[in-house]
Amino acid sequence: MTTSEIDSIIRQYEGKESQLLAILQDIQIKEKYLPKESLEYVSQKMQIPLTKIFQIATFYNALSLKPRGKHKIDVCLGTACHVRGGERILEKLERELGISAGETTKDRKFTLESVRCLGCCSLGPVAVVDGKVFGRLSQEKVGSLLKEFK
Amino acid sequence: MREERGRGQGMMKIHDKIDLEKIREEGLKKLFPKETKISVGMATCGLSTGADKVYETLLKEVGRLKLPFQVGQTGCIGFCQREPVLDILTPGRPRIFYQEVTPEKAIELVHRWDKEEVVKDWLFFKMEGEEWIGEDKWFDYSIQTDLKGLDGTPSYQQVPFYQKQLKIALRNCGFINPDHIEEYIARGGYFALGKALLEMKPEEIIEEVKRSGLRGRGGAGFPTGSKWESCRRVKGDQKFVLCNADEGDPGAYMDRSVLEGDPHSVIEGMIIGAYAIGAHEGFIYVRDEYPLAIQKLQVAVRQAEEFGLLGDNILGSGFSFRIHLFRGGGAFVCGESTALMASIEGKVGEPRAKHIHTTESGLWEKPSNLNNVETWNNVPVIISRGSEWYSKIGTDKSKGTKVFSIVGKVNNTGLIEVPMGITLREIVYEIGGGIPDGKKFKAVQTGGPSGGCIPESLLDLPVDFDRLTEVGSMMGSGGMIVMDESTCMVDVAKYFMNFLKDESCGKCTSCREGTKRMHEILTEISEGRGKPEHIPLLEELGWVTAEASLCQLGGTAPNPVLSTIRYFREEYEEHILNKRCPAKVCRALLKYRILPETCTMCGRCAKVCPADAITGKRKTKKEEGIPFKIDEEKCIKCGMCFDTCKFNAIEVQ
Repeated sequence: MTTSEIDSIIRQYEGKESQLLAILQDIQIKEKYLPKESLEYVSQKMQIPLTKIFQIATFYNALSLKPRGKHKIDVCLGTACHVRGGERILEKLERELGISAGETTKDRKFTLESVRCLGCCSLGPVAVVDGKVFGRLSQEKVGSLLKEFK
Repeated sequence: MREERGRGQGMMKIHDKIDLEKIREEGLKKLFPKETKISVGMATCGLSTGADKVYETLLKEVGRLKLPFQVGQTGCIGFCQREPVLDILTPGRPRIFYQEVTPEKAIELVHRWDKEEVVKDWLFFKMEGEEWIGEDKWFDYSIQTDLKGLDGTPSYQQVPFYQKQLKIALRNCGFINPDHIEEYIARGGYFALGKALLEMKPEEIIEEVKRSGLRGRGGAGFPTGSKWESCRRVKGDQKFVLCNADEGDPGAYMDRSVLEGDPHSVIEGMIIGAYAIGAHEGFIYVRDEYPLAIQKLQVAVRQAEEFGLLGDNILGSGFSFRIHLFRGGGAFVCGESTALMASIEGKVGEPRAKHIHTTESGLWEKPSNLNNVETWNNVPVIISRGSEWYSKIGTDKSKGTKVFSIVGKVNNTGLIEVPMGITLREIVYEIGGGIPDGKKFKAVQTGGPSGGCIPESLLDLPVDFDRLTEVGSMMGSGGMIVMDESTCMVDVAKYFMNFLKDESCGKCTSCREGTKRMHEILTEISEGRGKPEHIPLLEELGWVTAEASLCQLGGTAPNPVLSTIRYFREEYEEHILNKRCPAKVCRALLKYRILPETCTMCGRCAKVCPADAITGKRKTKKEEGIPFKIDEEKCIKCGMCFDTCKFNAIEVQ
């Protein structure tokens, strides 16, 4: 991401420190995560200590300091999905992709995360891939789900 | 998240009540056009079952056949289990709702409707008119033609799921297109605002809200009118009103539905509240995980600005008010009022002690009034129907209705709105339709991570703010998760503790360490390393965590553990003393075994086993085959073999 792109994001929020979360979220939308260089630039440009920026970046779950894969799989582990076997779906995905929740595959294709309640409880267990919701999942259906994105 | 300012594309600015009535006329034409209108439920529940494909297919088919049909979208009608839902409305005919619609079915429906026919098998219910609860009006559809195949179809009020419901907060969801402010106005929207701004004084409004008995719907249940009054009394010319849309309880999505299906109801409530309190700026803090809700709010705020319902001199009253939207960052603790305000200020969402209430010193140390989405949404109806009407609904200390999400092991899952005082039994069995697959009810978890589990013996408890708290749970924000005999209560406690330990902001040692240790102990118990002293230790840790933490995340953290110990102690003891999980959930305590007598030697289980733990020989035309066997040492207890076996030859102990 170029510095001028970051500049334009900062300008959109009138350079306000109180809008730091929104600024970081917008950077993340473009970069898929928060590269260290971008954070250092924001710190310097907005004159905010880097520790404060890392404080925000590590507190909010929506922000990631690690590079993410092309496709993001969010498995819902909300109570309703948990009661309907959401953990098994996550574990099946972990086995299929060879990574643990929170990690990205070596070929940078998939990032696997668990989320807490997407609000589609009637359809549990649920997983969201790149914003697309897959409901009524079972361990068997996981295979075909991944095929769609491979 | 950037805010989009209105562009005033020839939108009519509403200057007074007369203008509002003019927009109502336009809205009525949109709601009830002369030609056939098909509305597809496109809230998150609908979209996740493919409603977008149904919508696109309909558009294509209607275009291909050049039918004079309109295709539009609407919010969630509450029976999420049956999504995608759509309804067809033609002047003179009953309004027909279909359930579980697929793109193929949609095409068929369109062809049949053109011939004045319905497809009986996919019918959901019919309507011959609709209620506008905000105005105490019944809008009749004036049916003239009957349709073939409609006999036996229940009307909306006759469907068991809807029969005992009373929709106030959900009054418009599924009946309007949320992107059309005119439709909201047509059904009575913003008229309460007109009454409040032009006919009432701020103190009168506060009195009405107080008399109505409205209590906060976010979980704490604080009397709303009193909160407004204390904020009004504080001296200061800059005050804020805030909407807590950071609905974080897993299993609860009531607020999301309101924001996606009827965002204006919240905006109208906030303007009325701001006027009563004396605030000119408002914030709606929306959870990051709700992108559709954020989008609907952006459209709604922009439209309200274009029509002059937000901004300067609203409805000619001289009162000015603006709303800003703020997107959360994925932190559950930001649902706590002081953490939410810290987050808006650009800090991390850490709660602070409330020696001084936020109504006195809140956002940027200014007097701030924070209310939940559902609370704000109730306000316009209280103003238009009056506190006397409202206070007749519900119980003595819990007035009005409450929206609940009923999910888990229950037949009818979705969102319901019922008068407070209804019993849990009525909710689970009459509205929820009971437990599927002939299983036995075990418990219903209410109040999210701050609540507890309620066993069968207490099912006749009325649901309201106080009764559930008496038995160790709480009504909370409205999440209701039904559990059956295949749910392990130790696992449930462990689950909630895992959630709380992750979401703890870390400020208070008791919460940060307490939730972690309780989770560790529960893990030990669920993995067969439980000790008898663990139970009193959990109770003690729970007490310390609750007493010494400054916010309610820590303050209510022990509830799931303590309530499950209280009502399901034998289950804990079974795990600890006999290393057994009666519900067959805790993996480490399970044994998967193939029954040699039942095994048909098809070999499917061995194929799907990820740990290569199954050996045996497939039976073929030429060979006898050897029954398959699971190697216990290699087995990782994933359950794939159990799911795959079509002959029930695998037993779980």
